[in-house]
Amino acid sequence: MAKTAKILLAHGSGGRLSHDLVAKEFLPPWANAILGQLNDSAVFSLSRDGSGPRLAFTTDSYVVKPLFFKGGDIGRLAVCGTVNDLAMVGAEPLYLSASFVIEEGLPLSTMRAVVRSMREAAAEAGVRIVTGDTKVVEGGAADELFVNTAGLGVVPPGVEIGGGQAQVGDAVILSGSIGDHGIAVLSQREGLEFESPVASDVAPLNRLVAAMLATSPNVHVLRDPTRGGLATTLNEIAGQSGVAVHIEEGKIPLKEGVWAACEMLGFDPLHVANEGKLVAMVAPQDAQAVLAAMRAMRYGEDAAIIGEVAAEPTGKVLMKTNVGGTRIVHMLVGEMLPRIC
Amino acid sequence: MRYVQEFRDRATAQGLAVAIERIAGRPANLMEVCGTHTVSIFRHGIRDLLPPPVSLLSGPGCPVCVTTNADIDKAIALAQQPGLILATFGDMMKVPGSYQSLQEAKADGCDVRVVYSPRDAVRLAAAHPERPLVFFGVGFETTAPTIAASILEAESLGLDNFFAFSVHKLVPPAMRALLESGEVRIDGFICPGHVSVVIGSQPYEFIAREYGVPCVITGFEPLDVLQGIEMLLRQIAGGRAEVEIQYSRGVRPEGNPLALAAMYRVFQEADAGWRGLGSIPASGLKLRPAYARFDAEVAFAVRPPPTKEHKGCICGEILRGVKTPPECPIFGTACTPESPVGPCMVSAEGTCAGWYQYGPR
Repeated sequence: MAKTAKILLAHGSGGRLSHDLVAKEFLPPWANAILGQLNDSAVFSLSRDGSGPRLAFTTDSYVVKPLFFKGGDIGRLAVCGTVNDLAMVGAEPLYLSASFVIEEGLPLSTMRAVVRSMREAAAEAGVRIVTGDTKVVEGGAADELFVNTAGLGVVPPGVEIGGGQAQVGDAVILSGSIGDHGIAVLSQREGLEFESPVASDVAPLNRLVAAMLATSPNVHVLRDPTRGGLATTLNEIAGQSGVAVHIEEGKIPLKEGVWAACEMLGFDPLHVANEGKLVAMVAPQDAQAVLAAMRAMRYGEDAAIIGEVAAEPTGKVLMKTNVGGTRIVHMLVGEMLPRIC
Repeated sequence: MRYVQEFRDRATAQGLAVAIERIAGRPANLMEVCGTHTVSIFRHGIRDLLPPPVSLLSGPGCPVCVTTNADIDKAIALAQQPGLILATFGDMMKVPGSYQSLQEAKADGCDVRVVYSPRDAVRLAAAHPERPLVFFGVGFETTAPTIAASILEAESLGLDNFFAFSVHKLVPPAMRALLESGEVRIDGFICPGHVSVVIGSQPYEFIAREYGVPCVITGFEPLDVLQGIEMLLRQIAGGRAEVEIQYSRGVRPEGNPLALAAMYRVFQEADAGWRGLGSIPASGLKLRPAYARFDAEVAFAVRPPPTKEHKGCICGEILRGVKTPPECPIFGTACTPESPVGPCMVSAEGTCAGWYQYGPR
């Protein structure tokens, strides 16, 4: 159909259309084994025979609107998002690049605030910003400021973490409450403003991941449920690993303010974006130890085991609801709200 | 947000599920006539809590879904009038008419605006006194009083550029049409909570009296729905047919007299076309002669092209509860929320969208 042969905002939602865009438009023409890993970062060795230290490499662009929101800003987001993509393959993040597409007329004070925020986030994560680029475009060709960061990290020997590694019986651990980032940004979006106590959870998760990996060699999957929310992430893992994921609604940490906003707006919190949370699939015998290690860390205080990996129904996510029913949890369909990250 | 979590308590839900299990005898088809119920049933996995004899059917409970292609085509023809601003609710933008949707008409240059409230449309009209503004009003008894209030507001502001294209519909006449057709056996109605806040319980009495079908006006939280089902099954088991109110924290038998007065001050009942059900006598709301100057259909003599139905789409049968979405040949393939063919896939409260988002596919 000709009328659908255009990029829609929903292609950027992180949900099914985003997924299709990657699978149909980018993977076939560029096909190679590293790209085909489809994890948050590409992992490869610098030597031709694949021996020696492995690097993790990733890139992400940030177009959040508004630039500053409760709990964070585009700069903190740009550092944390890329650090987290590296951490989700078990890498120790080391270096970042930073590129800016700036709309003419942006107040220099805004630019400076973003740069300062990036410095603080990088210091918190223990990474250095080592290269960068700027482009300025005429008014209207970009909306204030877009930021791109790429990141490089080292994957310790023996670490094999990826969306395809979930095993039947694994515990599903979530590092904290869901939906905070999406609701925080939404509540300050022009035309939608509502009073909300919710702050974005945007945070670097590499120290949390390091604590988990130091506790157990049996962390099989790590993913940060950003756009498309927990529902989309769990569906991706179920699909990549060829397993089912069973979760319980009542065990998923959810802040009162996020819950209330979702009730009011008709959103499912499972589809709302996070920027400082991770979901892990961990061998059952190590689950309690990993959970305890997470709860001892600042960004894992509210971690909880929310379910387990099962064999059937393959590729699906099932949720036991609060009232005791069961339903299928699908990926986000269509766009919920553009430009939240 | 008190009064919500209390209605999602697991122990109480399990208790109700046990009571339902105990009381369910012969097979019972219970129809919910409200899209909000449809979604709540899916979201909370309520079907999973019901014993096999109890089946839940979705009826014509989504106002977006029951709007006919002819009415959407007319809205588009209105939007094509030079200088005219058409304002409507967001869900209407994506509903395909015979040839295009309002969203596509907008892409072609029509001035179509999404508003959250009809009062925003009045404000828009006041801000553009030189341009006619038509509010495309879609909805049941829940929404109609607010449209009536916006027309009264436009009147008191002395606006002569505000018009309404009203395709509002009334729920009880559609329930009668379903029962008259006899196409599906309906053993009980889960009556809509929000609609009943406005109209009360009296307008459903004929269903119990004339057709012997039990009715329970039900709230939207999972415990409400479970209790509504339990009350229906109790009536069925006891051989009773009455109109009961489960949603007593929101609904009084007499409804909301103020809202009803505003609605009937501006509107009068008229025959209306429903998708899937055809024309139903006295099931719509059109402006009274005294308010004819606000009536877009009077002010603009538009003649949209002849209507066409969507190939392969069975929204009509779905709205009558005759078929479920997975029985539709294009469900989840040619018709998805990203590129909907029928309106039941467009609205978040549409039956097909509910199945797609929460059901097996």
